[in-house]
Amino acid sequence: MARRVSNGQKALTTVLAWAVGLLIFFPILWTVLMSFHAEGDAIKSPFEMLSSPWTLASYGEVQERSNYTLHFFNSVVISVGSTVLALVIAIPGAWAMAFVPGRKTKDLLMWMLSTKMMPAVGVLIPMYLGFKNLGLLDTRTGLVIIMTLINLPIIIWMLYTYFKEIPGEILEAARMDGASLRSEIIHVLTPMAVPGIASTVLLNIILAWNEAFWTLQLTTHNAAPLTTFIASYSSPEGLFYAKLSAASTMAIAPILIMGWFSQKQLVRGLTFGAVK
Amino acid sequence: MATQHSRLAARIMVAPSVLLLFLWMIVPLLATIWFSFQNYNLLNPMLTGFAGFNNYYYFVTDVAFWGAVLHTLQIVLGVLFITVIGGIALALLLDRPFWGQGIVRVLMIAPFFVMPTVSALVWKNMFMNPVNGMFAHIAKGLGLQPYDFLAQAPLLSVILIVAWQWLPFATLILLTSLQSLDSEQMEAAEMDGAGWWSRFIYLTVPHLTRAITVVILIQTIFLLSVFAEIFVTTNGGPGTATTTITYLVYVQSLLNYDVGGGSAGGIIAVILANIVAFFVMRMIGKNLEA
Repeated sequence: MARRVSNGQKALTTVLAWAVGLLIFFPILWTVLMSFHAEGDAIKSPFEMLSSPWTLASYGEVQERSNYTLHFFNSVVISVGSTVLALVIAIPGAWAMAFVPGRKTKDLLMWMLSTKMMPAVGVLIPMYLGFKNLGLLDTRTGLVIIMTLINLPIIIWMLYTYFKEIPGEILEAARMDGASLRSEIIHVLTPMAVPGIASTVLLNIILAWNEAFWTLQLTTHNAAPLTTFIASYSSPEGLFYAKLSAASTMAIAPILIMGWFSQKQLVRGLTFGAVK
Repeated sequence: MATQHSRLAARIMVAPSVLLLFLWMIVPLLATIWFSFQNYNLLNPMLTGFAGFNNYYYFVTDVAFWGAVLHTLQIVLGVLFITVIGGIALALLLDRPFWGQGIVRVLMIAPFFVMPTVSALVWKNMFMNPVNGMFAHIAKGLGLQPYDFLAQAPLLSVILIVAWQWLPFATLILLTSLQSLDSEQMEAAEMDGAGWWSRFIYLTVPHLTRAITVVILIQTIFLLSVFAEIFVTTNGGPGTATTTITYLVYVQSLLNYDVGGGSAGGIIAVILANIVAFFVMRMIGKNLEA
């Protein structure tokens, strides 16, 4: 089976791989470390900072400076809300395309994918003006609608590739036994599709959480998710390293953890099933 | 097999997705096209009516326009170059057996999950800042003059930040593909006396072609509309050194309130994206057929 590798070679690879891995991860590690130091120590040289006293003060100050909890809540509502909404719309469609494919199904799927290629600036102005007229600017509802639409193609594609792998014979058998379309979906298909649906959900929450074009354009404060909130630290007034670190750490921690759980599905989801 | 009845049901089930995506694609796009031919500036409500191709003319002859096209291409090509080459190298390394594979993979994929505003600000402040950044501290420690990355090499700095975000993605996809490489074939080639390099060129690279294709396609889609990284680091500057097409449209429409001009820019962005997408799809279309 596996090629024999000498321990010496393995040790060399281990050193190299860990060095590269830590190097790539370093900016995140440094941000987390910095968040536990006082503002005055954060801008000192790296060694001075590490040897300065550790404190949780920055985390408290982030909340004082701006309503962090509100932005966190907005991120949760927008990413989870849009994912659930898109899922409800996409499941029947993906089911139908996977199990009752027509001649046009492939074209339809490609067309759906092509909607992702439209640059957002091509529709920015009408969306902005339309949202302004409808009073949807800076509202969670508005962003949920946008996120649902931009992630819908990916969700359909992912679900389609998962559904495709469910053997059709099982559904035939259920149909023979007199199961209606409804009960076929609820009792036969859904249990088999749960793992696929779960990873679709996970990946899309991640994508929506990190989306930073529409959130920056369409929100200012009330509905601002963490992407917009963190962007407010780009002004010179907000140039506080320790607070920026604390806010960043809290913004990325939940998604980092979810991401690590979903890394196997990530490849498949983001390549539309082309690489598994 | 499928009955008339189930075909109809299938159509009904697909309908909401198709309808929504159709509306999402067509209605705002038509509106953008309409605005692009109108005199419509929120700062100048008196100026109205049909504008012909004036908006397009002014957008294309804007001093920043050709620079913006160039910067957009430089970002896409620069990031693709770094992530594909780096991704192949990293994937080859991580594919070899070593201790702690799981942990290293977790460390390596992490940047992909960091939201763009966070990664851009972390790089800008904690690393590239010429006074308090890590690189400045290192330079001072070595007795060198700190380098002001975002002022002296703004576009390259943006490319590096974006590449850091996408390198894990490329690596992960290439690694996944590498792991499905037939090891028996490799061993056979090795026994026949094929060296490391010829095994890489004649076995590994052809096997990876499909994955590389996918990486290029997907990254191109996202890289053409990089926005947040520029927005929080350089604001398109200094001057217009990091202004891309996306950023130029944003400036024109939401900062200068020129709806007509911004719309013309948006349509130009759509056309450019389609040209790029056409070439990318054609170049790699064959690879995805299988």
